[in-house]
Amino acid sequence: MIRLEGLSRTFDVGGEPVHALVDVSEAIAAGEHLAIMGPSGSGKSTLLHILGCLDRPDRGAYELLGRDVARLDEAELSLVRRHTIGFVFQFFHLVPRLTALENVELPMVFAGIPAGERRERAMGRLRDVGLEPRASHRPDQLSGGERQRVAMARATVLDPKLLLADEPTGNLDTTSGRHVLEILERMNASGLTLIVVTHDPAVARRARRILVLKDGRVVHRGDGAHIHEAVEILSAAENGT
Amino acid sequence: MSLRDLFGFAARALRGHRLRTGLSLLGVAIGVAAVVTLTALGEGARLYVIGQFASVGTNLLIVVPGRTETTGGMPGMGGVPNDLTLEDARAVLRGVPEIDKAAPIVMGTETVAFGERRRQVALAGGTHEMLEVRRLGIASGRFLPPLEWDRSSPVAVLGQKSAAELFPGRDPVGQIIRVGDWRMRVIGVLAPRGQQLGVDMDDVVIVPVTTAMKMLNRRSLFRLLLQVRTHADLDRAKERVVRLIAERHGEEDVTGITQDAVLGAFTSILRALTLALAGIASVSLAVAGVGIMNVMLVSVSERTREIGLLKALGAGQRQILLAFLAEAVLLSTTGGLLGLLVGWLAVRLLVAVYPALPATPPPWAVVAAFSLSVAVGALFGVLPARRATRLDPVAALSGR
Repeated sequence: MIRLEGLSRTFDVGGEPVHALVDVSEAIAAGEHLAIMGPSGSGKSTLLHILGCLDRPDRGAYELLGRDVARLDEAELSLVRRHTIGFVFQFFHLVPRLTALENVELPMVFAGIPAGERRERAMGRLRDVGLEPRASHRPDQLSGGERQRVAMARATVLDPKLLLADEPTGNLDTTSGRHVLEILERMNASGLTLIVVTHDPAVARRARRILVLKDGRVVHRGDGAHIHEAVEILSAAENGT
Repeated sequence: MSLRDLFGFAARALRGHRLRTGLSLLGVAIGVAAVVTLTALGEGARLYVIGQFASVGTNLLIVVPGRTETTGGMPGMGGVPNDLTLEDARAVLRGVPEIDKAAPIVMGTETVAFGERRRQVALAGGTHEMLEVRRLGIASGRFLPPLEWDRSSPVAVLGQKSAAELFPGRDPVGQIIRVGDWRMRVIGVLAPRGQQLGVDMDDVVIVPVTTAMKMLNRRSLFRLLLQVRTHADLDRAKERVVRLIAERHGEEDVTGITQDAVLGAFTSILRALTLALAGIASVSLAVAGVGIMNVMLVSVSERTREIGLLKALGAGQRQILLAFLAEAVLLSTTGGLLGLLVGWLAVRLLVAVYPALPATPPPWAVVAAFSLSVAVGALFGVLPARRATRLDPVAALSGR
């Protein structure tokens, strides 16, 4: 489903080049559950942004569903984001003035889906995440876990192929975090490719596959069952050794 | 994304900041209301002037002694003309079939006295036809009787104000007054009329034309007012009248003035005035546009994260541009509608306070003010909207 070939991304910070990603090559199959770990500044967020077509690599190829998306123009990229990719963010990113239902409807508004169908589909997604009774609440009337569930409903309402989650439980307590992960895994089980960026081993261990990044390079490939290996490498990286 | 969704989204965003939205609405509303009110004033002035002219009849042809080239200019400034006489007036009435009625006029000033009360007034010599030709009305008594024009008679008709000044609280009809050295009987009082052709018809004494010529020792008419049968014949009648009198005098020494020429000059001046007022008022609309731009720029920078999110959700650049443009246009359109309402109320108030001024905004000004307000929103919304579309999604999502 995804093929990354020699991906590099360099930022200019105060006149000095920062190598966020250096020569990353990876293949991700459809339906996978992948966790990307790494200390801050390791490039894991940059990788997620490139995967989500919000950012472009300076070098290398990114093939998504057989298309070289690194070569697409902005208009085509917005269509890829709309129909192929769903995002879940650490800070939920709900539009505060819209109700839960309207937030879920938002991608469909831009996709030009008629209001009646929109409402029905959004309601269905809210039901899936157990928030149907909260449909008319605004974000400030919802708990953190509920907000993230609204965000997940929104991310999947246009039936994307790829769900990208950036620290989805980073702002939640353990119980709501677990609930959110369960929903993500259920979505993954129904065929959605799930990529989670996290530094929480408890989250990463649930993934089938784990990548650990350091200084823009993949330094470890493991699986959820062997989370301790990843954690060791991670703590070593964080301690700068 | 349908238009309805577009504006629905924009409206939700605007409702999120009521005070800010309200203030920029106010800016646009003031601009539009200013255009509507000021043009209504200008148009009111124009209609007032037209009304003044129409009150003396638009089928009116005025013949004045003296030759001028320019219509609407000062008559009587071209050499020494022959007298314009009652015989000329009679000849015109006989010889030009387009003329329906003729009213020869003599003007001067004279002292009018009743008992101890005296007053300097305009003395007008006229005939029975003057009542109709000058569209005068009678408040009490009657107008000059239908005499032969060259018969003198010691009767007088008073203007409303002259009557009130000389006969406070009394009916002057039947009383004897002194006009200069002449004793005359008041036979009627004019209805209030105000200024007409530069003469205050309320402060006047009207006597038979031949009497006035004797009193003032004049041989020439001041003016000859001619009522043309139909408005379409006006120019032809003017030509024939001037030619006929020229034949009688042996030279072309009278000038025919139609209301159209004077009216045309006034109308174009007042139109220009109205246009100038509209222009001045439009400046406030431009200022309101800058206000909208400011509000939209604040809105874009406040909603950076939201714009990043919209991009992540797959909103295209064009859609984001349109969403923010829709906000600006919605602001300016609503403000414009509000302004039309305020302007309408202001004009209504104006008319209520000054009923004489027929203040009404010309349709073109209403359309222009509203269209301009919409255009201002679109124009000044472009810059903020473009700023929104150009945000880098990654930076925008993190609020940078």
